[in-house]
Amino acid sequence: MSDYADYLATYASVAAIIGVGVLLAAGMLGVNRLFRPTLTTPAKLLTYESGVDPVGAGWAQSNVRYYVYAFLYVVFAVDAVFLFPWAVVFASIGWAAAIEMAVFLGFIAVGLVYAWRKGVLSWT
Amino acid sequence: MSAVSVQAIVGAAPSPIEAPDVDYATISPLLIILGAAVLGVLVEAFVPRAYRFVTQIAVAVVGVVAAFVATVVVGAGLDTVDGEVTGRGGPTAMGSLSVDGPAVVTWAMLLFFGLLGVLLFAERRLDGGLSAFTSQASTPPGSADERHATRLRIEHSEVFPLAMFALGGMMFFASANDLLGMFVALEVLSLPLYLMCGLARRRRLLSQEAAMKYFLLGAFSSAFFLYGIAMVYGYAGSFGLAEISTAVSSQIGGQNLLLAGMALILVGLLFKVAAVPFHAWTPDVYQGAPTPVTAFMAAGTKAAAFVAMLRIFFVAFGGARWDWAPAVWAIAIITMLFGAIASIAQTDVKRMLAYSSIAHAGFLLVGMAGLTSGDGVTSVSAVLFYLVAYGAAAIGAFAVVTLVRDAGGETTHLGRWAGLGKESPVLAVAFTIFLLSFAGIPLTGGFISKWSVFAAAWDGGAWPLVVVGVVASALALFFYIRVVVLLFFAPPQGDGPTVAVPSPLTWSVVAITVAVTIVLGVLPGPLLDLVQQAGAFVR
Amino acid sequence: MTSMSSIVLAASEHADVVPVAADGVFSWMWLLVAIPAVSAAILLIGDGAGDHGPLDRFGHLLGTAAAIASFVVGVVGFVALLGQDVAERAVTQDLWTWMQVGGFDVTMSVYYDQLSALFVLLITGVGSLIHVYSIGYMAHDPRKRRFFGFLNLFIAAMLVLVLAGDYLVLFLGWEGVGLASYLLIGFWQEKRSAAVAAKKAFIVNRVGDLGLALGIMLMFAQFGTTNIHEVGLNVTNASQSVATALGLLLLLGACGKSAQVPLQSWLLDAMEGPTPVSALIHAATMVTAGVYLVVRSAAIYDLSEVARTAVVIVGCVTLLFGAWIGCAKDDIKKALAGSTMSQIGYMMLAAGLGPAGYAFAIFHLITHGFFKANMFLGAGSVMHGMNDDVDMRHYGALRKLMPLTFITFAMGYLAIIGFPGFSGFFSKDRIIESAFATNFWAGLAALLGAGVTAFYMTRVMILTFFGERRWREDVHPHESPKIMTVPLIVLAALSVVGGALTFSDWIEDWLTPVTGSEHHELGVPAWVITLIIVAVVAVGASLAYVLFARRDVPDTAPQQVSVFTRAGRADLYGDAVNEAVFMRPGQYLTRSLVYVDGTGIDGAVTGTAELVGDGARGLRRLQTGFVRTYAAEIFGGALVLVLALLAVNLA
Repeated sequence: MSDYADYLATYASVAAIIGVGVLLAAGMLGVNRLFRPTLTTPAKLLTYESGVDPVGAGWAQSNVRYYVYAFLYVVFAVDAVFLFPWAVVFASIGWAAAIEMAVFLGFIAVGLVYAWRKGVLSWT
Repeated sequence: MSAVSVQAIVGAAPSPIEAPDVDYATISPLLIILGAAVLGVLVEAFVPRAYRFVTQIAVAVVGVVAAFVATVVVGAGLDTVDGEVTGRGGPTAMGSLSVDGPAVVTWAMLLFFGLLGVLLFAERRLDGGLSAFTSQASTPPGSADERHATRLRIEHSEVFPLAMFALGGMMFFASANDLLGMFVALEVLSLPLYLMCGLARRRRLLSQEAAMKYFLLGAFSSAFFLYGIAMVYGYAGSFGLAEISTAVSSQIGGQNLLLAGMALILVGLLFKVAAVPFHAWTPDVYQGAPTPVTAFMAAGTKAAAFVAMLRIFFVAFGGARWDWAPAVWAIAIITMLFGAIASIAQTDVKRMLAYSSIAHAGFLLVGMAGLTSGDGVTSVSAVLFYLVAYGAAAIGAFAVVTLVRDAGGETTHLGRWAGLGKESPVLAVAFTIFLLSFAGIPLTGGFISKWSVFAAAWDGGAWPLVVVGVVASALALFFYIRVVVLLFFAPPQGDGPTVAVPSPLTWSVVAITVAVTIVLGVLPGPLLDLVQQAGAFVR
Repeated sequence: MTSMSSIVLAASEHADVVPVAADGVFSWMWLLVAIPAVSAAILLIGDGAGDHGPLDRFGHLLGTAAAIASFVVGVVGFVALLGQDVAERAVTQDLWTWMQVGGFDVTMSVYYDQLSALFVLLITGVGSLIHVYSIGYMAHDPRKRRFFGFLNLFIAAMLVLVLAGDYLVLFLGWEGVGLASYLLIGFWQEKRSAAVAAKKAFIVNRVGDLGLALGIMLMFAQFGTTNIHEVGLNVTNASQSVATALGLLLLLGACGKSAQVPLQSWLLDAMEGPTPVSALIHAATMVTAGVYLVVRSAAIYDLSEVARTAVVIVGCVTLLFGAWIGCAKDDIKKALAGSTMSQIGYMMLAAGLGPAGYAFAIFHLITHGFFKANMFLGAGSVMHGMNDDVDMRHYGALRKLMPLTFITFAMGYLAIIGFPGFSGFFSKDRIIESAFATNFWAGLAALLGAGVTAFYMTRVMILTFFGERRWREDVHPHESPKIMTVPLIVLAALSVVGGALTFSDWIEDWLTPVTGSEHHELGVPAWVITLIIVAVVAVGASLAYVLFARRDVPDTAPQQVSVFTRAGRADLYGDAVNEAVFMRPGQYLTRSLVYVDGTGIDGAVTGTAELVGDGARGLRRLQTGFVRTYAAEIFGGALVLVLALLAVNLA
């Protein structure tokens, strides 16, 4: 059990760093608040949206059809995530690796083909 | 992915990665189903709309049947293992899958449910030649677009590949031999189901809301499951059930981590099997989802999740049995009682069946309190039998629900079911048989399954659970009988229910499930033998 | 209780019985069950209901024929059994293995022995007569095909119960008769009272079934078998406490089915069913299943004095309780129902005496089956002539107009009060004697009961058949058709001569291999007891004569009555107790759970108002099922689970 306690103790430094970080940030903001003058105007209170005037309320619905973009993103992201480590060890494994990765890419491609046939890829 | 890297960090020296050695023949049922799913996606992409629906049915049916044959072949070839436990088969695919007796039986069971599900999905005669699924899910309910899509007779035949993916996930879930694989399987089985729940043709708002709820809560509970896995990994240093089991029995430090991990994993699984207090989604989702999907989901998810739960808790956490057993006892008791009592007050057929499903989860949990191995009734064999009997009756009952209709689609208010016995005696008798099976009346499958889980639990020393179980089934019986009386003896309201004439697809589902329910009650011997011979889990 | 403990039980002879495999005639005994079961299936799920097809026109004949065919098989079997050696009179035939798990297996078998054979004759014989009677009684009911289907179903289930060689199979029959009884009580379910009564019978019976189910689980856990014979062999090696627990659990089951205190309340309401049903199920056969269970489980009760004492107490309490209720009721069927409870109390009392009483319990059960079925059918015949009025205060002076009904009813009356020479005289006499021989107080209760029985049965007789006419305006009493009176005559004859079963101790000897036997010596010669009984009966009957025949009978029940009468009319407050103890808490529980469920539900399955705008309601209802609530529940549950597991570890 003492091993375990020692192991937990190594997290103490992490806790300390977090503590110091919080203190630092809070301190700086606090000092700032103490010394700054406060003059509000309607323009200043507007939500900052990259220089564009905000429209409507803060809560807005996004169209569910954006799932298509998420879908395509997943297709490519998953590709990439698995391809990089595979590339590192590919040479040492040989043909088996090539075939299995081809199968994997085939499955991913099926998803892409489906998206294509459903007209997702036509950008209009 | 993360498993590999974490292990690489923890392990002493990074070993060179070897090409995985996979016995494809042994896992062929799984591959066939997932192959059918992928093929289904391609069919969706390339086959012209006019032939798409039929082609999808063909692909799904052929896939399921082929996988079933493969399962039988695999099952026949399993070697007997006489070690610490008597079992058959063992780990394969680098130890990530355990194709043992219970796994193969569960595969066969799931494929059977899958076939019935596909037959129900394929029914198109009930709703003016269109399936039970919405024409275009992306159109807002009640919009002109929706009406347009319906007029064009568009159909979402994607449900078939989705069902195949879910089925593949269920099969994977039941045989996964490490926690990471289990999590992947859980997601693979859940995501298609979330989607399918939202595809009802009638009452779309209800359906979409059900899907949304199921998704949010499912994701929430998956997070618990994942967190639990992480904790157990922290405890045992491995995802493999066998390694965790070794760690648990050697009690290497940090018991708190293990206990919390077990509890969180239990939460994730109890959510899937709809045990109290993780059941709240069940009535809403069962009610809102298209009825064929509800049928498939009620039978399949419960079966897969229960087998996975038994596997985790008997194989990996078997050594900590006295830590988790009390919690399972408590949950079994409240689940049985809640399910039985709450179902008494229901007036909607689908909600009633949902509460009955909750109660059945409780009875199945009673089965979990039995012995792991031995030659009496073991937990595994009792639960497997129960799952077959319950699943068949549940699919049959929901199939009947799809047939009782009025102008607005299915009519699920119980009051509208009064006098069904006059309108369609055959259907009413079939529904009665399912209800009697749920109630555990002798000569139906439900009686033998209740008996076997109770016997297993009593053998395992869990007699208080059995007493509560008997009380709960007595309570529930009252309600079921009342529904039976309503069907046959209550005067119909207004015109009474109308029964749509289905195609042979739905009829055959009803006929098959009635036959299974009765055969399991009168001649349960063969299946009892089978589940007994399946033996224990092999790690 | 003094002499109770001094009983030395005879070595359990019944444990030595070795069932022999069935051959010849006995290999056809399954037909007993199969014939009515197939007939029930044809009648209930045959061609579409209510379409006046051939089944609707001739269904009742099919049902009756099935019952009679079953009776013929029963007679053939009984004759064959008479021809067997005593050692080979328990025959068993395995039909198929119902379930087999590890070392445990349950076989669907027919177990036909001396006890089963008597029950088979009673069930199919009286059953056939009641089928015949029902042809007349239900002649104008549009759903009589269904009625006969249910009757056949009942016969089949009851035969499964008495032919079972395994407690689990017995349980199957037990549930089956419960179901049939439920369906038949509620047969006229357009009457709300009938539907409520059916529900009540069902629920109360569930409590009893619970006891039986748990008893069977306990057997399985203790002995690894539920075979009745093997349980009998195993229990001798088990501990006293196991035998006691089993005995008490089975007694709970018996109380539910046989309407014994404290599960008696359903029987009086069950009279809402058609009268033939009351005669068959709630008088002659099903309600005696509890007695059968106790006698069949003799091996268990022999080993536990506590359980036997409990049976005796239940029997004594019920026999007085039922008699009391019988005195206060003006409804002829309810008076008879109270009497049924009381008579079954006698049987229970006898069964609780152990081997000294088992045979007498069965003997009284059989004679009671004859005379009570006879009187119920007679009551039905009277109601038939009185436009279904059941209030005895509206009867009177019917003996001239319904001579056959009157004479047959009178035979039943003389039998039940124990008039010397009639069947009830012999069977009740035996029970009272053995009760006195075992325990004075039990004997006294039985004796007192006999007096009260004479009192209330005389009252029924006088109010119905003698005195002034008190009929309603539009009632024109008439004798029932032949199809109804012939069964009455047969049953009346049996009520008279049924006592012959005990001549030269035939029934005791016949049952000895099953139940064992033993004889307790009385302190006085048996004829003294007999004289006392007859005297008590005479007093009871005369009292009734003085009270009811010599005075005018008010047309409506007087309200200024003693507290005893009031209690009797209220079924001794059985319902009030049930309500307070079970119903109210149950309702609160259900309501609160529904509240938790968060969906507006009216609790009544058939609520019409809710039909309007069902779809809209469904949507609105969904709005209240917030995901956040559900998620909070999951989170809370998870938190409790984690903390609980951790707490276990810390503790």
